[in-house]
Amino acid sequence: MRFNAKINGLKREIECAPGATLLEVLRLMGYKSVKQGCDREGTCGACTVLLDGTPILSCITPAPRVAGREVTTVEALGDPSRPHPIQAAFVNAGAVQCGYCTPGMLLSTKALLDRNKKPTDEQIATALSGNLCRCTGYVKIVEAVRNAAAALTEEQKP
Amino acid sequence: MTAPQKLNVVGTSVAKIDSMGMACGLEQYVADYDTTGALIGYVVPSPHAHARIKKIDATRARAIPGVHAVLTWEDVPRIVHTTAGQGFVEPSAYDSFVLDKKVRFVGDRVALVAADTREIAEEAGRALDIEWEVLEPVLDPDKAMEPGAPVIHDEPEAHMPIPVPYDAKKNMAASASMGVGDIDAVLKGSHLARKQVYSTHYAQHCPIEPHVCMGYLDPRDRLTLVSSTQVPFHARRITAQALGIPVKRVRVIKPRVGGGFGTKQEVLLEQMVGALVLATRRKVLMQFTRAEEFLSRTRHPIKVTIEGGFNKDGTITGVRMTALSNTGAYGSHGLTVMCNCGSKVLPLYRMKTVAFDATAVYTNLPVGGAYRGYGATQAAFAMESFLDEVAHEMGIDPVEMRRINHILPGEGSPVFAALGEGKPGVEQKIGSSGLAECLTQGAEAIGWHRRKEPKAPGAKKRGFGMCALMQGSSIPDIDMAAVSMKMNDDGSFNLAAGATDLGTGSDTILAQIAAEVLGIETSDIIVTSSDTDLTPFDVGAYASSTTYLSGEAARRAATTVAEQIKKVASEMLESHPAPETIELRNKAAFGPDGSSVTLGQIALRSLYESKQHQISSVESAISKKSPPPFSAHFVEVEVDTETGYVKLLKYVTMLDCGTAINPKLAEGQVEGAVVNGISFAMTEEYIFDEKGRMRNTGFADYKILSTADMPEMVTRLIPTWEETGPFGAKSVSEIGINGACPAIANAIFDAVGVRIRHAPFTPEKVLAAIQAAKQA
Repeated sequence: MRFNAKINGLKREIECAPGATLLEVLRLMGYKSVKQGCDREGTCGACTVLLDGTPILSCITPAPRVAGREVTTVEALGDPSRPHPIQAAFVNAGAVQCGYCTPGMLLSTKALLDRNKKPTDEQIATALSGNLCRCTGYVKIVEAVRNAAAALTEEQKP
Repeated sequence: MTAPQKLNVVGTSVAKIDSMGMACGLEQYVADYDTTGALIGYVVPSPHAHARIKKIDATRARAIPGVHAVLTWEDVPRIVHTTAGQGFVEPSAYDSFVLDKKVRFVGDRVALVAADTREIAEEAGRALDIEWEVLEPVLDPDKAMEPGAPVIHDEPEAHMPIPVPYDAKKNMAASASMGVGDIDAVLKGSHLARKQVYSTHYAQHCPIEPHVCMGYLDPRDRLTLVSSTQVPFHARRITAQALGIPVKRVRVIKPRVGGGFGTKQEVLLEQMVGALVLATRRKVLMQFTRAEEFLSRTRHPIKVTIEGGFNKDGTITGVRMTALSNTGAYGSHGLTVMCNCGSKVLPLYRMKTVAFDATAVYTNLPVGGAYRGYGATQAAFAMESFLDEVAHEMGIDPVEMRRINHILPGEGSPVFAALGEGKPGVEQKIGSSGLAECLTQGAEAIGWHRRKEPKAPGAKKRGFGMCALMQGSSIPDIDMAAVSMKMNDDGSFNLAAGATDLGTGSDTILAQIAAEVLGIETSDIIVTSSDTDLTPFDVGAYASSTTYLSGEAARRAATTVAEQIKKVASEMLESHPAPETIELRNKAAFGPDGSSVTLGQIALRSLYESKQHQISSVESAISKKSPPPFSAHFVEVEVDTETGYVKLLKYVTMLDCGTAINPKLAEGQVEGAVVNGISFAMTEEYIFDEKGRMRNTGFADYKILSTADMPEMVTRLIPTWEETGPFGAKSVSEIGINGACPAIANAIFDAVGVRIRHAPFTPEKVLAAIQAAKQA
């Protein structure tokens, strides 16, 4: 089947099998930051993307559901020459080890900070609880989110 | 090396060199490579725990459109090997074939399929016509060696390639024993002697990226494998061995790895992908599903019995440790994991008399393997719980119990020399230890004195627990690491290492070590790791060896390059100072008179102008020692006596890893290991049905900790200087996982007075123990 959607700000025409998941389609289109870590059951969070700004699990989302809507992956946040403050915060805090869960973590963080400029540690923990990480023990991830919140607040000061 | 005055790059938390690329989604993992036209590889899993394939017919399966190859045991060479992914010759039983006519656990390999899609491959698996002879399975390790038990490895090829006890006919995958002094007499003559049994359970590493490997034939007909592996060089050797092709025909490329923790030391996919590539001459991508990952490799469940004797003052007179390890259907790491029960736990305490007896048995259950902690996790639970029990009985503070017994710098242990990995160990004396300080600072950080306060009324009871730990740094006299360096036109360097960064940050710390030697920034070093065609040999990422051993190789490679640089600089500087008087700093070479030339100028001269040559080096490192990192863990818990739920309030880790080359990355290693340990202690377990099938092969039913489950964490590195390590470093990656089981069990006892000797500490188990105690 065929439909239109905005991916990372670009209008794209997407063709896929009716049962295809958003994860499969995005990876086939080259958005390889979107990872698979469980068996399409929505339990690891590595495939997290934003749909109109809200984090969703692309491995359990039928691709056609995003028709006419906007999908954001980590590729859209920034690149090494101009990283997004959240990306910079994760790098500087040492919150990236194997990096496999990182794109999903970053997008869950972005969704949190877009709606809550100064989250408490508890709110951070809740917002990221669907993104499993086996490397870091989460300490530096939570620290990175705190730092990112502070950096974004600083950036928005006149 | 002795401690230098000041370090510029080592000891600083430079950002991990691949982390920005990862955060931008740009770094490549195996599945991110060009998979255009790749067939999907699939292992048809065994539905039986123990069965013989009497007949297998793949005619129907091969006829399915989209199926490109179906391989059964009749289609692959029958070459016995081990998938353990260790150095040659491996200290693990040779009991595996790419495919066999027998299956030995639910999920074992029946056949291999290459197809256009996973769905088609699975359909082909279902279309295999198999005549089974279903055999009685061995599901209880305690009964595996009973006379008359079904023999799991009855094939004639099964053998142990090194001279250690092995008896497949009795389901014995390995045994080991050592002893110094007369333990029975010592226990008998002690003021107090006690005996207790503890056990740990199955668990999986759960890297968020499961095993994945892609293979293809290059234009010269070589088998190229892009693999998520911890051991590219072992993977190359074992793949060649298992397929019966020369090593020179195999190339293994390790891209970014999405976590390993030991499970990716096992060479599981490479030989299967290789077989399918050779059969189809097509690109083949094989990745385990999460369910398959749970049945890949696991932590060996081990029952550890401790008998200990004590003097009146609490000093240890002698210890006997007995271990029964369940290695599952294959003997991967069966010998060495259980040997580490002794060698990474017993030397922590001073004892003149010691005995260690261990046996690993085959069962028809999932296969054990290397898992962070590697036997020390299982035995530390036993030893540290045992000491806590005795301390309570004798009225000694558990911290004091450790203090009066733990090994100190300058001391050795009879265990070091007696117990190695498949051969005697290497005698060593402790050079550096921060354990005393770890105990002091840990007790302070948790508020250890508060444990004497009266318990609050109500159903929820608080308690405190602690433990002490050691590990090692590399396998002495066995492991080897090599690093090569070359200088570029602008005074930057390429550093190529066989060492395997699987998210640990080893690429970064190798660069830091080399940069320190050369007086440059980490950013002036371009790291390549690992590619068996391009990088020098390294055993890979295991046995807590990378910082200590690969780091030492990097230091040596940089030192050799520095000497070459100084020679050229001496020619260039007007006063021609003796090379050894020249200092490298700020990306330049300085003579004693303060005059200098930049590394860029030196590079240009050496490459283009005078006495032209490539400034370069390859250096290797082996170790005669395995200096232990030390650690103390402290935890405060709250036990709900009505539900059995144990809530962790605060977890404190103090750790001596010598010099932390990169403190932030070192802390990250500790925090990750500790949380993995907590997860193992509290929630993770395999649930089997009566036929040996694992019933909870997904994260919905196998719970690993998330951000929502975290206690308050305090992690502190206690600096020491290890003379044999690069810039004073020891290992850091494994030790942190060993503390949660004993520390939490000890805290539960402090809170509610019940001893849980069989992990994990689920609410059901804790509640049952509380109720049993009430009734008693």
